[in-house]
Amino acid sequence: MEIGLAHYLTVAAILFTLGIFGIFMNRKNVIIIMMSIELMLLAVNINFVAFSSFLGDLVGQVFTIFVLTVAAAEAAIGLAILVVYFRNRGTIAVEDINMMKG
Amino acid sequence: MGVSMLNLGAALPEIFMAVSALALLMLGVFAGKDKAFRTVSWLAVAAQIITVILVVTGEGGPAFFGQFTADAFAQFCKVMILIGSSVGIIMSMKFAERENMARFEFPILITLATVGMMAMVSASDMMSLYLGLELQSLALYVVAAIRRDTIRSTESGLKYFILGSIASGMLLYGMSMVYGFTGTTNFAVLADTLTGGDLPVGAMVGLAFMFAGLCFKISAVPFHMWTPDVYEGAPTPVTAFFAVAPKIAGLALFVRVAIGPFGSVVADWQQIIVLISILSMLVGSFAALRQENIKRLMAYSSIGHVGFALVGLAAGTEEGVTGVLVYLGIYLVMNLGTFAVILCMRRNDRMNEEITDLAGLAKTKPLMAAITAILMFSMAGIPPLAGFFGKFYVFKAAVDAGLVTLAVIGLVTSVVSAYYYLRIIKVMYFDEPVEGFDRNGTEMNVIMAVATIAILAFVFFPNPLMDSAAIAAASLFGQ
Repeated sequence: MEIGLAHYLTVAAILFTLGIFGIFMNRKNVIIIMMSIELMLLAVNINFVAFSSFLGDLVGQVFTIFVLTVAAAEAAIGLAILVVYFRNRGTIAVEDINMMKG
Repeated sequence: MGVSMLNLGAALPEIFMAVSALALLMLGVFAGKDKAFRTVSWLAVAAQIITVILVVTGEGGPAFFGQFTADAFAQFCKVMILIGSSVGIIMSMKFAERENMARFEFPILITLATVGMMAMVSASDMMSLYLGLELQSLALYVVAAIRRDTIRSTESGLKYFILGSIASGMLLYGMSMVYGFTGTTNFAVLADTLTGGDLPVGAMVGLAFMFAGLCFKISAVPFHMWTPDVYEGAPTPVTAFFAVAPKIAGLALFVRVAIGPFGSVVADWQQIIVLISILSMLVGSFAALRQENIKRLMAYSSIGHVGFALVGLAAGTEEGVTGVLVYLGIYLVMNLGTFAVILCMRRNDRMNEEITDLAGLAKTKPLMAAITAILMFSMAGIPPLAGFFGKFYVFKAAVDAGLVTLAVIGLVTSVVSAYYYLRIIKVMYFDEPVEGFDRNGTEMNVIMAVATIAILAFVFFPNPLMDSAAIAAASLFGQ
């Protein structure tokens, strides 16, 4: 069996769905949410690279490099915010992030 | 593909802003710990004013090999964004010094976020769109958590970060699908490819994902759940800034994406916009009814306003886009005035955020109460104030485009939302006065006065805003 575009897209779609479910099903730890966000972005990268190779067009790969760079910055900022939050609250359990509701 | 296609001149305002942000960062670092807060803030405001001049006098045109377009639409939105963020910085100065958040990074982060917004509204390729959006968002996540010693501010930063990142992920996934099924990320090429009017199914899925991501950014229902928490938790001047600049930038981007590359397939996305517009108007008016915290109330109010603005986009016509732009201009003025009032709700040197804290304001501060009443009447859309005309133009565009049901739902929700605006007026004028507020700062008085005069004057001098909005909308449809 030859591995075609559809296989790559399926893998990416599964990873993306796992990322979304990881965010909404997880009730324990914010770090897991961050990992899920990273998973979503990586799924997008697989998509871009697969399409780029399939179309014979470099734009998708350039886009991937940008996404990787921004994802790194985003992770850094997310972890920094998480650290200041932990200092104030003393926990990073998802169910405890509930000061404001309504 | 020579240097001429780079055409850096078209991006001069953005380049100037980015460079001045870096220079201010240096200034802040070398001036020593947080002593430079006021200087850096005023210099940031000055940089934004210079940028407004550069935007207005700029030559425009495409730049960066088709990644970036400085057209009249971008110009119009950039001026609104710059007004929003410079007033945001001015409003934050005294507050920051009192509340122990006077760090010089704050105005710089706002400046960087503004650069991101300007890049967003000028984007003519998905790559530049994404980079602009992320530059804006990453700075805003930090700004929301700027009071790092309080739980509420950091919690709002954390929530904003998580939901914003999900939005970026969805947007990117949509972009990758559109790229894969049309073979391009450039808006102009996309528009040409789709001229026939048939969108490939994969690209349709991508479009839906992109719209979902954009709805997160402008806090349209059903992707609005972060808004009340972030608005309540973030420091009040930051909330004021969030309510205007990023919202205007996000809506402008939404309009550009929908009308630019996907303008020929209006029928495919019109129902999506109609649905989120109706939902936003409903949630914005009904969920706000039981709010006691005024910042939370403003969050729901802004969700409702996004719904009203989307009515114009749903029409998908030039008239509709003009309506959206006029609406945004009026929304900007009303919101800045209202947040100036909220920032003056300070008693014995402590901030108050409950609606009941306004009780009897008409007796203790009659002028401020009158101004607040005018702002609230305008928000509710009562003629002859500016807010009425904003709504009038979007509803008229919707009726002309045959979306009568949408316009009727808009009118009904507008009446419902009048309840909570009028309730604030009732509390101010008919409830027993509590202890009076502290003296207002001069800058707040100026902002309130200018906003009120603008709202009252719009009925006599609508042309400056109307004409420039019409030119901006025409430039979007001209290509």
